[in-house]
Amino acid sequence: MRILSSVPRKRVSFAQPRQLWRSRRYVSRRRILSLIRDWTGRVGKERRGLPAPLPGSGARNGGNMAGARGGRRAGMEAGARARTGKRPAEQDPELQEAGSSEEPSPFTRPDLSQSAADSESDSSDSEESVFSGLEDSGSDSSEDDASSIEDGKSRNIPKITQDKSQAGATLQNTKEASNQSQEPKKEDEYAEDSSDEEDIRNTVGNVPLEWYEDFPHIGYDLDGKRIYKPLRSRDELDRFLDKMDDPDYWRTVQDKMTGQDMKLTDEQVALVQRLQKGQFGDASYDPYEPALDFFSGSVMIHPVTNRPADKRSFIPSLIEKEKVSRMVHAIKMGWIQPRRPKDSIPQYYDLWAHEDHNAILGRHKMHVPAPKLALPGHAESYNPPPEYLLSEEERLAWEQQEPGERKLNFLPRQFQCLRAVPAYSRFIHERFERCLDLYLCPRQRKMRVNVDPEDLIPKLPKPRDLQPFPTTQSMVYRGHSDLVRCLSVSPNGHWLASGSDDHSVRLWDVYAGRCLKTIPVSGVVKSIAWNPNPAICLVAVAVGDSVLLLNPGLADQQVASSTDQLLSAFSPPEEPARQPVEWQEASGEEREQGLRLQIRHHKPVKQVAWHGRGDYLASVVAAAEHTQVLMHQVSRRRSQSPFRRSHGQVQCVAFHPSRPFLFVASQRSLRLYHLLRQELTKKLMPNCKWVSSLAIHPQGDNVICGSYDSKLIWFDLDLSTKPYKVLRHHKKALRAVAFHPKYPLFASGSDDGSVIVCHGMVYNDLLQNPLLVPVKVLKGHTMHRDLGVLDVSFHPTQPWLFSSGADGTLRLFT
Amino acid sequence: MGGLEKKKYERGSATNYITRNKARKKLQLSLPDFRRLCILKGIYPHEPKHKKKVNKGSTAPRTFYLLKDIKFLLHEPIVNKFRDYKVFVRKLRKAYGKSEWNTVERLKDNKPAYKLDHIIKERYPTFIDALRDLDDALSMCFLFSTFPRTGKCHVQVIQLCRRLTVEFLNYIIASRSLRKVFLSIKGIYYEAEVLGQPIVWITPYAFSHNHPTDVDYRVMATFTEFYTTLLGFVNFRLYQTLNLHYPPKLEGPGDKDSKDQDEGAYAMDSESCLEKLSALSASLARVMVPVTEEEVEMDEFPADGENAEQEEGLRKEREAQEMHKKLFEGLKFFLNREVPREALAFIIRSFGGDVSWDKSVCIGATYSENEPSITHHIVDRPTQPNPVLGRYYVQPQWVFDSVNARLRLPVEEYFPGVLLPPHLSPFVTEKEGDYVPPEKQKLLALQRGETPGYVNESEDEDSEEDEEGESDDQEEEEEEEEGSEKEEEVKLKVMEEQRTQGKKVGVTMGTLKLEDKHRLEQEEANEAKRLAIMTMKKREKYLYDKIMFGKRRKVREANKLAQKRKAHDEAVKAEKKKNKKARRA
Repeated sequence: MRILSSVPRKRVSFAQPRQLWRSRRYVSRRRILSLIRDWTGRVGKERRGLPAPLPGSGARNGGNMAGARGGRRAGMEAGARARTGKRPAEQDPELQEAGSSEEPSPFTRPDLSQSAADSESDSSDSEESVFSGLEDSGSDSSEDDASSIEDGKSRNIPKITQDKSQAGATLQNTKEASNQSQEPKKEDEYAEDSSDEEDIRNTVGNVPLEWYEDFPHIGYDLDGKRIYKPLRSRDELDRFLDKMDDPDYWRTVQDKMTGQDMKLTDEQVALVQRLQKGQFGDASYDPYEPALDFFSGSVMIHPVTNRPADKRSFIPSLIEKEKVSRMVHAIKMGWIQPRRPKDSIPQYYDLWAHEDHNAILGRHKMHVPAPKLALPGHAESYNPPPEYLLSEEERLAWEQQEPGERKLNFLPRQFQCLRAVPAYSRFIHERFERCLDLYLCPRQRKMRVNVDPEDLIPKLPKPRDLQPFPTTQSMVYRGHSDLVRCLSVSPNGHWLASGSDDHSVRLWDVYAGRCLKTIPVSGVVKSIAWNPNPAICLVAVAVGDSVLLLNPGLADQQVASSTDQLLSAFSPPEEPARQPVEWQEASGEEREQGLRLQIRHHKPVKQVAWHGRGDYLASVVAAAEHTQVLMHQVSRRRSQSPFRRSHGQVQCVAFHPSRPFLFVASQRSLRLYHLLRQELTKKLMPNCKWVSSLAIHPQGDNVICGSYDSKLIWFDLDLSTKPYKVLRHHKKALRAVAFHPKYPLFASGSDDGSVIVCHGMVYNDLLQNPLLVPVKVLKGHTMHRDLGVLDVSFHPTQPWLFSSGADGTLRLFT
Repeated sequence: MGGLEKKKYERGSATNYITRNKARKKLQLSLPDFRRLCILKGIYPHEPKHKKKVNKGSTAPRTFYLLKDIKFLLHEPIVNKFRDYKVFVRKLRKAYGKSEWNTVERLKDNKPAYKLDHIIKERYPTFIDALRDLDDALSMCFLFSTFPRTGKCHVQVIQLCRRLTVEFLNYIIASRSLRKVFLSIKGIYYEAEVLGQPIVWITPYAFSHNHPTDVDYRVMATFTEFYTTLLGFVNFRLYQTLNLHYPPKLEGPGDKDSKDQDEGAYAMDSESCLEKLSALSASLARVMVPVTEEEVEMDEFPADGENAEQEEGLRKEREAQEMHKKLFEGLKFFLNREVPREALAFIIRSFGGDVSWDKSVCIGATYSENEPSITHHIVDRPTQPNPVLGRYYVQPQWVFDSVNARLRLPVEEYFPGVLLPPHLSPFVTEKEGDYVPPEKQKLLALQRGETPGYVNESEDEDSEEDEEGESDDQEEEEEEEEGSEKEEEVKLKVMEEQRTQGKKVGVTMGTLKLEDKHRLEQEEANEAKRLAIMTMKKREKYLYDKIMFGKRRKVREANKLAQKRKAHDEAVKAEKKKNKKARRA
């Protein structure tokens, strides 16, 4: 029956325009309920501390809506309060206020409209105010339009008033009109009417009334005529006067549907009061009537039905039997087990009452107990000494480290007092990691080396007991301007010959330290060797691609002259043999200098070495052929190349002191040739890279060689072709090694600028191994172009050591 | 040519080890179950000596278990229980799915459960073994007892942990076996000596935990399961040794309750009793009241030479320990509400002191704040608004430091609002050459019985000297002078003195020469040593170098600490001076 008018501007056609009047009771009840809802909602709102709904268009809706929503709850509250009599009276002014304040609020130009209204009559005045308000709150329509609407409306108003008798709804005199309208009109309609039907004086249907708030009308009556809003011309004063005068003012409410005021009847007021108390609306209804059961609880002697008992009631159930038999079977099979008896043993008892100390399981042999966690140090304290706190850099370093690498797994911090200490955020993590360690971490027993480092140091005889050996630097021979590559001591130990890169050979007095003679030569002196025969005063010097034989003339006149005679005694043979070298005699100025013979090789000569008797001379030539080693006989001025094949580059050669052997050191090996038999006797493998120097023990059974990989290798010829001992004393490449002819000493000079003197005792007893003990590290030479000591040599009789270095000096250590 | 061909990896170490997966398959267990079993039985992987051999030539990273261990696990009854449980869960799920509630109930009644008693007995054949391994158990139980009652694990476990730890603390109090305490930034460390075994555990500070997500609580719960069983048995035994009731019973007022409810007298039977017990303020009831305090008198053995000194030392040590146990005897403490109550109550009570707190803080307060006989009031606030005369107001660190120092330290440095002296770890025993913080030296002097004032001065001098010495050390280090550094130091110092004297007076030739001789000898010895080191074999040299490197690093670290301290002290001094000047101006 309700008609929805979706768009209020459109005329709505009514399907069944019927005049619906109904009994006064029903109407009033429905309406009152809605009203009650309405104003109790306001009360509730007020109670809840919300602001009272603002007057004006939006506010009115809000008030309605809120009232509809919160009305019920508020009503209950009001009922609980049971202040029914006063409540409505209190509410009234609010209602009125809301109504009254409607007037001024929406007006933008109240003065104009007011003034216009004043000029007209009372009735038009009210109309005017209403319409002007409408006009303003609506769209900005022009004055003319407004006036035309006004006219139309004002024309309508009388019509409605004429319809008063029919519709029963008056706009002007609301109170009386309402009273009149309550009267039922047609009894027959009432008969077919359902009691639920609304009082449809306003036929807008179930639409929010705020849709109409911008219009002068509030809806349409049954004839499709507009129902206009009542005039709201009364001001505060009028209202107050009403309040004072009218004894029924407190029971006057506004009907939302019609916009009219209506007075509640006594019945209605009573209903409101009942509802407020939470009682039933119907006064005659008794909620506490005694309850009557439909059926009695007592057993009757007669059955309710006459049906005979089922068969199943006296025949045992097959299903149950099946179930039981299944259970019995399950029990038999052990599928269902009886409830387990409660454990009689207490939770904790004396587990170790009978301790068996011998009951160590077999696995305990391999058992590795978990190490305990490390105990905290000072740094972990909440208030550590200041030195344990990390500085800014340390903290940064700590943060950049991997968590596994950190020395401390926390940042040391300092707190002023215990109160300030926070929880440690990684506590659970640490416990968890410990758990993981305990069951996931593979364990291994590691023997911790608990050695006193002093015990590791070998016990050597004291150097003091091994004296004499050179200990201190006692003389420095200065004079060379470039590095001194080689030196040689005269067999009697008085003189020293040295060859240098400054193209000179110098001869020194050992004891005085004076340079006796300087012999300029044509090139860099690679090697120098004093003839070991004390009866001959001759020095072999390797310069460029020739070997010079010098007679320095320092010894006795007799020795010097005999040497000269020896050299000059040579008479060239009739048919000169073909020789790999050229022998030249010096003459003139060179002879004045001391040069006697010059053996011209065609390749640069690296080394010269005298045989012990002083007649033979071996020279090493830098060539990649078999002619690397040449043997010269000075007395007969003969030379020959003993080898047919080369075995790598020859580094140096040496003669055996007593037997006819020649040692040839190539880069990787050391070969021992028998000169008479002309065969290879031994090949020693020093196992180093590369051999740099070579020295032979005066007894001839032991050989040392130095290598560029800073090893000194001692061979015992009787023992093996493998090294007897490898000494890694130097830090850099060895340049020279030397044996002392008398004392059990040997020395090695190295690029690290030091000379290490070792005691090397060789026993005659073949069963006893040589004793090698380093006794002294001699330092003195300064480093020059990454070179230190270039050559070392012992004094023939004294435990003295000569060394030449890259700093252009020779030094004597005694 | 006869004989069987020997195959590789069929004998020797390859057969002694088994990989984890193989072990799991052999035991027919899922990986979680295998882990549980390993945790409970204490089986851990072994690192074989020749991994490649054991791994049959492969170098893949694998974990190896001892085959013996795994065979040993095969006979474990718990493995069957695991299987039963698996079956039980399957049945239960099926019954739920079919909505057979009777079956569900029946199954739940017969839920397979296992006990760990035999495992504990097996892993720790003697009680001492169990005590030795108690560290982790205690730390874990203390951690679990602080967990919230919701979420991470079963409430029963947490309650059990709480109960067991409280019992243990009560035992420590009753036996007075606490030795050391340490406030670290991680938590509070305690060390107790139980039957001659040092037991160290850590408790977190009383804050709620921020539960991390990358922690597997199941693993921790399994460990806790084992640890609670262990701790329970250990507690039982420990209580027995002291003739205490095992479910602990409170002394005194608890008796009244026992009249009301005979069974309920055991402390554990009700929540409130546990709370009372955990308040740690009341002592426990004994099964038999000891007739007299029987002091274990050591028999006097006839002293003979060397042993006499040793015995004397032992006796002194014992006396000191007895004194230490009675450190707080006769003192009455009151804990303000802001101090950690449980820790302090535990410490004070285990050294014989009386302790109480505000009634509203915790149950078990024995006297109120106004009690006039209170000697020490522990406060952790900058100021005390209305102090009571006749008692010391000290910060909690005083208690900790006193316990560690084994004597009641002077309270002046610990007054509220005062800048506290550093709190040192009692677990560090400085060896020769280690860095000793000056506070520790002071403390050692105090323990020796020297007066603190004198100590202070000498202390400073000492430290300065030390630092000098250490700087000397450094110089020497550069020279790579190994060993005999100290002698060198002494010598250098003497020489320095001489130099200064020489400036003052004049050089006396005689003494100088004498010194030279000494020095020469020194040098000679050093050189001999250096030469000897040169001749060392490669392997020994390596080892020697390593050891010496470690030593040198240690010295370096000690020097660094000393320097840092020196710099700090100087900074503080400068600050003070500045302040003084500012005050004057």
